[in-house]
Amino acid sequence: MQLREIMERLGLELVTKDVDIQGREVVWAYTSDLLSDVMANAQTGDLWCTIQRHLNIVAVAKLKELGGIVLANGIIPSEDVVAKAAQEDVPIFVSRFSLFELSGRLYELLRGESDS
Amino acid sequence: MSSELGVVLYFAVLNSGGLDNVGAVSTEVKRRLQEINVEDGVIRRVSIICFEAEMNLASYADRGGHLKVEVKPDRVEIFVEDDGPGIEDVEQAMTPGYSTAPLWIRELGFGAGLGLPNMEEKSDIFHIESEVGKGTRIHSVVFRRRDAA
Amino acid sequence: MKLREVAELLEAQFLNLEDEGDREIESACAADLLSDILAIKGGPALTVTSNVAPQVVRVAEVMGIPAILYVRGKRPAEEKVVDWATGNGIVLLSTPIPTFEACGRLYLKGIRCSEGKYL
Repeated sequence: MQLREIMERLGLELVTKDVDIQGREVVWAYTSDLLSDVMANAQTGDLWCTIQRHLNIVAVAKLKELGGIVLANGIIPSEDVVAKAAQEDVPIFVSRFSLFELSGRLYELLRGESDS
Repeated sequence: MSSELGVVLYFAVLNSGGLDNVGAVSTEVKRRLQEINVEDGVIRRVSIICFEAEMNLASYADRGGHLKVEVKPDRVEIFVEDDGPGIEDVEQAMTPGYSTAPLWIRELGFGAGLGLPNMEEKSDIFHIESEVGKGTRIHSVVFRRRDAA
Repeated sequence: MKLREVAELLEAQFLNLEDEGDREIESACAADLLSDILAIKGGPALTVTSNVAPQVVRVAEVMGIPAILYVRGKRPAEEKVVDWATGNGIVLLSTPIPTFEACGRLYLKGIRCSEGKYL
């Protein structure tokens, strides 16, 4: 599914304004707050749902070539994180939903897509 | 029926055991408050505040610190004291998400930068004083609402 | 939803207190960092986590969390952590499924998060 469509359907806010998400797609997601877990287990292209705020989320997303990061609970990333993400071309979104609910809604969307 | 007499509980939180023992004091606080029939909602808030305090002491105060819980008829007061490194900018430390925790602490699930804000949120009155090189003192009050018992 | 049904839905195993399978859970939340679990608002909920540190079980006790669901086949390394949970009435479940899918399947069954919205 197109990132833009996910963003619109889940009401996400793109905080990395300088990262162009046009044409980017994701097929699945990974939910975790532990960087080592994401490093070991997320799949390339996954959209990463988390409440982890550490600057290193950007490096992890870049290294694992993830499709982007969605911060749950309305967490606004620090300026450092946004600047780093812009530099590394990693889109970061903010969701007002809790991590559980964000994951649930995203699952509903992506699963519907993979079924059809 | 809760006791009308004040009950004071003292705990030393050591730093020597690393982070393994974090939570031991808070669960003890919970048990003791249950024994003297403090209201459930109050117990929950007090034990969450104590848990955060324990995490802070074990993570940052090299010699640990002390926790005092005073149960009064209308309120529970929590005093946390340490002679650790102190906090340089208390206002910044109170901002959700701000953290100085090294990555290894975060990977254990600590240090997300929510500790102090969460303590403040669970308190009716919250006061923090800190001096670099001297230590940190926290005073938190949770009122007991009898109708909520 | 009963814990027994949660276990079936997520191919999860009871690590203790299997006779508590009829215990009802109304909401769920997901978090791996202790501070985040401690900051969860709203009522007691099934907590989905990949954090098997012993402190998580103590947080659950303090928060009145009725059950913990460990994901990706994880479980506490030490049996005494399981015993401690049993002694405090906290049900521990372990599923081979990752957090994203576990939340997704529960969500589709109507389980929601009781946590207040932040924005």
